[in-house]
Amino acid sequence: MNMKKTAYPYVIWMIIFTVVPLLLVMYYAFTTGDGLELSSFEFSLDSFKRFFTPIYMKVLLRSIQLAFISTIACLVLGYPIAYIISKEKPRKRNTMILMFVIPMWMNFLLRTYAWLTLLGKNGLINYIVTKLGFQPLNIIYNDTAVLLGMVYNFLPFMVLPIFSTLTKMDKGLIEASEDLGANKLTTFMKVVFPLSLPGVITGITMVFIPAVSTFVISNLLGGNKTNLIGNLVEQQFRYTGDWHFGSSMSIILMVLILITMGLTSKFDKEKDGGGRGLW
Amino acid sequence: MVKKFMKKAYTFLIFLFLYAPIIVLVAFSFNNSKSRGVWGGFTLKWYIELFKDAEILRALYNTILIAVLSSIISTIIGTFAALGIYNMHGIRKSIVLNLNYLPVLNPDIVTAVSLMALYRFLRLELGLTTMLLSHITFSIPYVILSILPKLKQMNKHLAEAAMDLGATPFYALRKVIIPEIMPGIITGGLLAFTLSIDDFVISFFNTGHGISNLSITIFSMARRGINPVINALSTLMFLSLLILLLIINKRTDNNLQDGGF
Repeated sequence: MNMKKTAYPYVIWMIIFTVVPLLLVMYYAFTTGDGLELSSFEFSLDSFKRFFTPIYMKVLLRSIQLAFISTIACLVLGYPIAYIISKEKPRKRNTMILMFVIPMWMNFLLRTYAWLTLLGKNGLINYIVTKLGFQPLNIIYNDTAVLLGMVYNFLPFMVLPIFSTLTKMDKGLIEASEDLGANKLTTFMKVVFPLSLPGVITGITMVFIPAVSTFVISNLLGGNKTNLIGNLVEQQFRYTGDWHFGSSMSIILMVLILITMGLTSKFDKEKDGGGRGLW
Repeated sequence: MVKKFMKKAYTFLIFLFLYAPIIVLVAFSFNNSKSRGVWGGFTLKWYIELFKDAEILRALYNTILIAVLSSIISTIIGTFAALGIYNMHGIRKSIVLNLNYLPVLNPDIVTAVSLMALYRFLRLELGLTTMLLSHITFSIPYVILSILPKLKQMNKHLAEAAMDLGATPFYALRKVIIPEIMPGIITGGLLAFTLSIDDFVISFFNTGHGISNLSITIFSMARRGINPVINALSTLMFLSLLILLLIINKRTDNNLQDGGF
């Protein structure tokens, strides 16, 4: 039965709504010119030149730095909990994982907004801190708040892939290692952790990519002080209207993510194509 | 003993971290005081205000309308696309599959601005239509990715057997293949629905003329600072979601039992 043709509508859709838009962004990135007439634009590298100046490089480095720190934090916090949950009995395990997923079902913006209520100058955390007789903490509208928001929003992206590699792991290997005289720590370092690496790698990519490109978290929790590359792109497209500059930054963001994925897939020996669904 | 206690404590802390913001949000939606540190007594006034707020109600209507339309359209296109891709071979298959991954892997903001550039190029006014088109675009890949594994699991010869027994290809598709991959189609459709409800970034860039969905409304309200009406809204959204989740869970439980457990 020849069914290939049923994919054609989607292929056309994909060309119009995925391929052409990206080509347009690329076109904008490498040209200058005003107005709507695309043919009047001239080739130019001005946008890129403008980006590679100290002001914008600082923003880029900051975005990478914050995304990097939050990825590490997610890994350090997330691995133990994934490990603990994977050791539970199936029934309890499923309930715990479900409980991990439920907060994720809440709107991303509301989850970020919830932290405003906790962190603010008159927020709950500071209320408790001052009641205990300490100085109120300055934890809103700065990098700490942004990092917290990133870790909170993206922690499940780290935990779920690690959890799934840990539960799929052949338990016989662990027993074998213990039978052969390895203690718990050696077994973990030499057997469990290496086998869970594909999950770790997926987790790292899935936290780093949204963290480095976010503008919502920095906008809501960082006030106007924390500018990330995502915020710059947003400003160019929504307010300033310099689409050429905005497009060149989008291209840089894409390249950054390609590099990340290239780096991580190098470590990822076991590549399973469908492993990156919702989480 | 100590180790066990440490484990319990750690698990508790992580879950506290996950749920504390939500619990506080829910609690303060009943708080009769605008300031967040103080408990001013129980009230339902924020809920009443929420249902009087025409802006929020319109946003809710837009959100649901777009989620329903985009999930139906993307499920239909996606199902046929998955059938087609499954029957493709070689280089063509890998090109289509890789292009399919693009919107999944690309950061939301890049997908958003590229669609914005497309609509300007086509001279389409930003509004409800462009938002719907964008939602369909980012949903289809997920639908395809949830159907393809089901097609791989399916016995290849089922459709052939049906046609050998005299079924037309369309009849075989309708009576044999579609029922086989139905779980994948339903998962894909639900996924598309939730992705659409949850989306902010792509909608934010591709809407105009004062058309907004819930996410956009929440964003502009939250930027102005704390607003207890948002707390009330989040409580309701969270509750409806929990109920939905419990129903789905119950359904799968029943299915498991029916399946001879």
